[in-house]
Amino acid sequence: MSDVADRVKKIVVEHLGVEAEKVTDEASFIDDLGADSLDTVELVMAFEDEFGVEIPDDAAEKILTVKDAIAFIAANGK
Amino acid sequence: MFDLSGKTALVTGASGGIGGAIARTLKACGAKLALSGTRAEALQALADELGGAEILPCKLDVAEEVEALVPAAVDKLGQLDILVNNAGITRDGLAMRMKDEDWAAVLRVDLEAAFRLSRAALRPMMKARHGRIISISSVVGSIGNPGQANYAAAKAGLEGMTRSLAAEVASRGVTVNCVAPGFIASAMTDALTDDQKAKMFERIPAGRFGEGSDVAAAVLWLASAEGAYVTGQSIHVNGGMYMG
Repeated sequence: MSDVADRVKKIVVEHLGVEAEKVTDEASFIDDLGADSLDTVELVMAFEDEFGVEIPDDAAEKILTVKDAIAFIAANGK
Repeated sequence: MFDLSGKTALVTGASGGIGGAIARTLKACGAKLALSGTRAEALQALADELGGAEILPCKLDVAEEVEALVPAAVDKLGQLDILVNNAGITRDGLAMRMKDEDWAAVLRVDLEAAFRLSRAALRPMMKARHGRIISISSVVGSIGNPGQANYAAAKAGLEGMTRSLAAEVASRGVTVNCVAPGFIASAMTDALTDDQKAKMFERIPAGRFGEGSDVAAAVLWLASAEGAYVTGQSIHVNGGMYMG
C-alpha cells in the first residue's frame, strides 16, 4: 500500500510539476494541484502504464484526489 | 527543411492515388511508413516500390479493425509520430434519393474511422509530447456538391473535428490539421472528354487539375518540424477554385 502511494505521488509530481509536499492524500488534482482536464487524462494513462491496470472511463471520472487514485490501484492493480 | 528522418507515419488509403503520393513524399523525406488500405496487393506493390514499408490492411467500415490499426502501427513502427487520415469512399446520389446505407457508409469510413484512429493516436502522441494528425478533407466540404450530401457532410465534419482536437492537444506538442484538395488528376479525370474537362477548368483559376504530389507537399509541410505552429487549420490545395 505504501509502495503504491509512493509511486502514485511520484507520478503526480512528475506529471504536474508540483512540489512533493503539496501531493498529500487529500489533495485534489484539479482544485489543489492545478491540473486541467487534459492533465487528469494523462495522469490516468500514466497510472495505467505504471501499474499495468486498466482504468475504465467511469472509474477514471471518480478519481479526483491522490487518495482516490491510490485506493483504486490498491484494489485493482498488480 | 522538411526532414522526417527518425519519424514514423501511418497513412490510410495508401493504395489510392493521393494516398500513394503522400506515402512517396513522406518516405522520400525520411519517414518510416506503415501503409493501410483495403487492397493488400496494391499496398505490397507500393511498399516494394518504396524499398520497404509495413503493410497493415484494414477495413475502415469495421470498428474492431479500425480500433486495432493504430496499436498495430505502433507495434510495427515502435512509435507513431504522424497519422494521415487519407482513406475515403463516395456513394453519390441526389439527397432526395439517397439511401440510408449510402449516407451511413460514407460517414462511417470518411468521418467515424478518422475519429477512431485519431483518438487512438493521441495516446502515444501525447506521451511523446509530439505528434501530427493530418486528415484529407475536400473542397466539397466547403462549397458543397450536388449528389454528395453524405461526402460533403463527412468532409466538413472532419474539419470541425480537427479544430476541436487541435484545441485539446496543442499544449502537448500535437498538431491536428486538414488538407482539402480540389480536383486532383486521377483515373477518373483521365476518362473525361476534352469538353467535360474544359467545363471543369472554367471553375479552376489555375486552369488544370492538381496532382497527388501537390496534396502530398502540403501534408509534408504540416508533418514536418517547420509546421509546428500550424494547428486546427484546413489547407486548401485547389488551384484557386475556392479561396475560403
